[in-house]
This record gives sequence, C-alpha cells and structure tokens, in this order.
Amino acid sequence: MPSDSRDKILRRIREALAVKAPACHLAHGGSPAAGHAPTDWLPPVPTSPDGRVALFEKNSADLKTGVRHCADAAAVASELAALARENAWKSVASHNFSLGSSAVQSMGLPVIFTDRGYETSALERCDAGISGCACLVAQTGGIMVTAASAGGRALSVLPPHHVVIASRSQLVGNLADAFAHLRESHKEIPAFVSFITGPSRTGDIERILVLGAHGPKKLTVLLVA
Amino acid sequence: MSTESLQFHRDADRLTHDLRHRGLIQKALGGYYTKRDEQKAKYTDWQMARISAAAAKFEAVNHLDKYLVELTEKLEARGTKVFWAADGNEAADYIASVARNAGVKRIIKSKTMTGEEIHLGQALEKAGCEVVESDLGEFIVQLREEPPYHIVFPSMHLTRGEINATFEKKLGSAPADTPEELTMIARNVMRQKYCEADMGISGANFAVAETGHISITENEGNARLSTTLPKLLVSLVGIEKVIPKLDDLALLLPMLATAGAAQNMTCYNTLLGGPRQPGETDGPQEFHVVLLDNRRTALLADAEQRDALHCIRCGACLNVCPIFKNIGGHSYGTTYQGPIGSVITPHLRGLQSWKHLSFSSSLCGACSEACPVKIDLHHHLLQNRRNAIAQKPVWWEKPIFAGFAWFMRRPALYRFAAPLLRIGAPVLHAIRGKIFDPARMWTGTRDLPPAPPQSFKEYWRKRHAKR
Repeated sequence: MPSDSRDKILRRIREALAVKAPACHLAHGGSPAAGHAPTDWLPPVPTSPDGRVALFEKNSADLKTGVRHCADAAAVASELAALARENAWKSVASHNFSLGSSAVQSMGLPVIFTDRGYETSALERCDAGISGCACLVAQTGGIMVTAASAGGRALSVLPPHHVVIASRSQLVGNLADAFAHLRESHKEIPAFVSFITGPSRTGDIERILVLGAHGPKKLTVLLVA
Repeated sequence: MSTESLQFHRDADRLTHDLRHRGLIQKALGGYYTKRDEQKAKYTDWQMARISAAAAKFEAVNHLDKYLVELTEKLEARGTKVFWAADGNEAADYIASVARNAGVKRIIKSKTMTGEEIHLGQALEKAGCEVVESDLGEFIVQLREEPPYHIVFPSMHLTRGEINATFEKKLGSAPADTPEELTMIARNVMRQKYCEADMGISGANFAVAETGHISITENEGNARLSTTLPKLLVSLVGIEKVIPKLDDLALLLPMLATAGAAQNMTCYNTLLGGPRQPGETDGPQEFHVVLLDNRRTALLADAEQRDALHCIRCGACLNVCPIFKNIGGHSYGTTYQGPIGSVITPHLRGLQSWKHLSFSSSLCGACSEACPVKIDLHHHLLQNRRNAIAQKPVWWEKPIFAGFAWFMRRPALYRFAAPLLRIGAPVLHAIRGKIFDPARMWTGTRDLPPAPPQSFKEYWRKRHAKR
C-alpha cells in the first residue's frame, strides 16, 4: 500500500492559509442579511399542511412522479392492487414497514423482503420495489430515504418501478427540515441517506429528456391521510 | 508558444468555422437558458442565495485543514478508510492497490471529473481491470475513446445518429433512432455490469465535515447503483469539496441543480457516511475515500484567486461563455473546460503552458454573473494574464508601448501623421493579415475600420468656422 500524505497536505494547507483571502471573496460587497437562514432565499414553501401537499403535488407533476391519495390502510391495499394490474407486475420487492407490509402481502404476488437478505439478481428481476421513506420534501418534490426507512440501499433504485408509501404527516418543508427530522429520530445521521426527486432521468442524448436511464422508469407516491 | 497553445489555436480555429458544431451547441443550450431562468425566478432571492452559498464555501476553503481533519475522523468512526493523496499518481496507485488486493476484475465507475483529472480509468485498465463508465454521456464518450466534452454534459456535441453509429459498432446493437431507444440500449448493457462488478468508483460533489458524509449528485441512478451493489467502493474527492455543515447542503444542492442543469433539484442526491453498517442488509462491505490535493494547495496559496476553490462544478460558466460556445469543449485540451478551466488549469498544470486560455476571453463577465458561488472568474483571467507576463515578459511589448506613449504626447506629430494614415489606409487594407503585414497576428482575425474622411479635430474646426 502506498503511504498516506496527510501530514504533507495539511502542512501545505496551513502554509497557504497563513495569507488571508481578500475580503471581496466573502459575499462580494454584500453580506447575508442578519436574522435569515440561508434557506430563506430558496423557493418559498407554504406553512399550512394543505399548502405543502399542494406544492408537493405540483412539483411531483413537473417531475413526472405519480401521486395517489389513500384515505386509510384499505385504500393503500386497493391502490397497490390497481398498480399491479395496470403495470402487469409478476413479482415485487419490499421490506417490513408499518404503512405497507400488510398491503404488500395482500397482493398475492411473490415478494422479496430485502430486510431479510436478498440476491441482487433476484431483486433486479422484480417488477417493482415498494418501500417506505424517512420523509417527503415539499419544496423539491423529493423523497428522503435511509437504509432503515426504505428497505436498504438498493430497493428504491434497482427495480424499474419504485412505489413509496408515506403518510401526509411525513411531509416537511425543505431539505433543512428533512435533516432536522433525521437528527430528531436518530442518534447520528445514518450512513446512507438519499433524496429521490422524480424517476431516474437523463438528457445526455441531444439534451432530450428520457426517463429510466439506470434507476426506476416510474415513481409513484401513495400518500396516506 | 507552448505545444498546448498551438494545439488550442488550431482546434479553436477549426471549430469556430464549423457551423454544424455551432448549431448543435446552440440547440443543446437553448432549452437550458429558458428553464434555468424559470427555476431562478422561483427563488425568493437568487442573489442572496448566491451570497449565502459563497459564504459557506468561503468558510470551508479558508479553514480547509480543520474541516478535512473533522471529515476524516467522522468517516473513520464508521469504518471508512480515508487516504490522503498528494498528487494524481498517489491516488491512482492507492486505488489500483486496493483493487489488486481484493482481486478485482470488473469496475463500474460513476461520473467523476476528478477521476478524469488524474486519468484514473487508464491507470486501472493498466492494472488489468475492466473499467466501465456508467453515466450515459460518459459511457458514450468512453466507447468513442474521447474525453468528456463538458464537465456536466459529456456528450452534448454528438447527435443521435453519431451515438447510434457508435453503439452499432462497439456494442453490436440494432439500429435505433430515438434518444429513448438509445438510452434503453445503454441501460440493458449496464444492468449486467452493475450486478457483475467487484468494485465501484465514484466522485463526490460535496463532503460534509460535521457528519462525515460524501454527497453525490446525479440524475440517472448510475451513481446509486455503482455505490450500492459492488462489495468494494472507492470515492475520489478533491480536498476543496469539503463543506462545514450538513445544513449547507439544504442550500447548495438546489442551487447546484438550478445553475447546472436548470432543475429544481437533481434526481438523486445521495449521502454516504460509511460502508454497510450493523443492521443493514446491503451496501458495500468496504468503503475507501481518497482525498486528493494534486496542486489544489497551490491554488489555495494564491490568496487572490483562492475563491476559485469555491467551485461546485455546476458548469454554468461554460454554458454562458461565448468562447466555449464557439470553440467547443474539446479545444481546451483540459479536464475542466470553459472559464473555470481557464482560471484553474494554469494553477493545476503550469502557468506558462496554459496561460493562452486566460488570453482567449472576451472578458464579458458572463461567467462571473452565472456562477452560483460568486467566483470572480473574469478578473481571475486578467490576473492570470498579469502573472504570466510578470513571470515571463514579452521583450517587445515594453518598447512598443513606450513608443506609442511618446507619440501620443506630441500633438504636432499626431496632427502631421493623421492625414498620412488616411493616405496609407488602402495599403493597410490590401496587406491586412497577409504575409508582409508585420501586425498579421493581430490583424489577421480583426477588421480594420475604414479611415473617416476627416478627423474629429478637423470636423470641430470647420463647425466653428461656419458660425
């Protein structure tokens, strides 16, 4: 193994920083207004729960994420059954989570539960991954997943259709709120956190949008009241 | 002139006259301008957001030692191996030795410009590994054996026809003529590669000191798959990528998406703070983070241009640069193209060999205006020019300017010479840019305006005489 250059690099950095940067590098004549959080300058987010749901839905529509409302657990099961019919699913993958497990089992399809360990190739062959999430972000139309909340690191990205089951109360305003939620619910920020903002996409060929580049081609959120 | 400079001028000259190329780039960027403005308009205050983002990066870069040590401690606490590499060779050697020790044959790589900078792919192929680029644009240019054309849009110079031809030739795929079909060909090839790979390689957009995470931004999902499925993962991170706090991402991630690709938020933004943890059922068993200097500390030592390390590699300055739009990404001959590349390449690879990039600018300031972290790019181009000349003066420039100043301070001489210029103008026009024109380097690519029938002084005198 080659030896580490930590001390050499730290010495170079400290020598360089002995000369202070000119004041103009900081904010170039202006300074962030006192009493404001940096996120105050981002797109505004309504404070009312209904307003946030509306913003999440609007962003989702722009991103081509499907959002379906479910009144209760029974509605979740019937929406999942409808999705399975519409998309002709033959097998699905999921994990154990309170909002979804019984509905997934009631579908009558073969299910891989990733939290019990799984073969990558078997997960890859599933038609859909059905998971929970840590929270939803109104400002971006995003879904924050962690390994614990979404059945590991692969379930939400490997199958071609990702279905997220979340309750309305999981909707937060912006990314800073999502981080605050993680801090409240965990001793430390988990080792895997991902914001999913729409189905996988690319514009690498003539800048024309194509969905399903490597990750899911479809993303559906079932929003439980 | 350096060989780099000769090559630059030759390629730039060729592409500037290539109208097909220009049309392609204009078409590719046309949609970007409209969508970026729409996204920016949604911000409560884009300018204040820029100031706040610049402040976060300023704090990080000006306390780089502190935050790198904090990042390393936090990463190591959850089982990540951190390696500090002074230059590209050290980084590539380390990553190759990690691969060798684990008996790695197949590597899946997600997009990393820092990897391009140190020619990581080539080094690992030399070590006997198959290296596949998983980002669609990177995969296309890898098949064509070309460098990326743009730091964010690597294949923006290619048409679907050219991409189809590449796929037919290299992958033996059936002819396809829509971006969708072509994307699905790559998707199917890559699905196998993810499952088979023994090692994943990624870059990083940010590294959070406070919590010990690297942050990867992407649209396709290839980085998530490359960093999840193989049992071994290495992430290559430039030391300037560190940011102090997790909450800084709440601002920087949306801004990167808006400035870089005119999006509200990029599709996947993933934070990795370690290999598979107790209780997790998937994810890499081993995770290495390589922190790369490779002369970033030389740029840090130039306090005047230190803010160039604030760069979040969004590519916004390329997209608005009149030079980039005319000469294209490949003409630069650098890993980082456009204004930011012209500013930092002389620091990373030598001022005298790369100073020509700083001279090839209209100094219009569009880059500084576009930069989401407020790097003073066009002034840094001027500073590079000044530094290059101070280090290696051009012997004839001083006497020429001294002579010009002497002449301009003598009105009588000026009055005598001006009419002569009018008489001589047809001769100047006739020889302009030709072999016997002593100023052809300058005049060859510039118009000489026609001499006016009278000078301003003559006009003024006549106007007063009439009254």
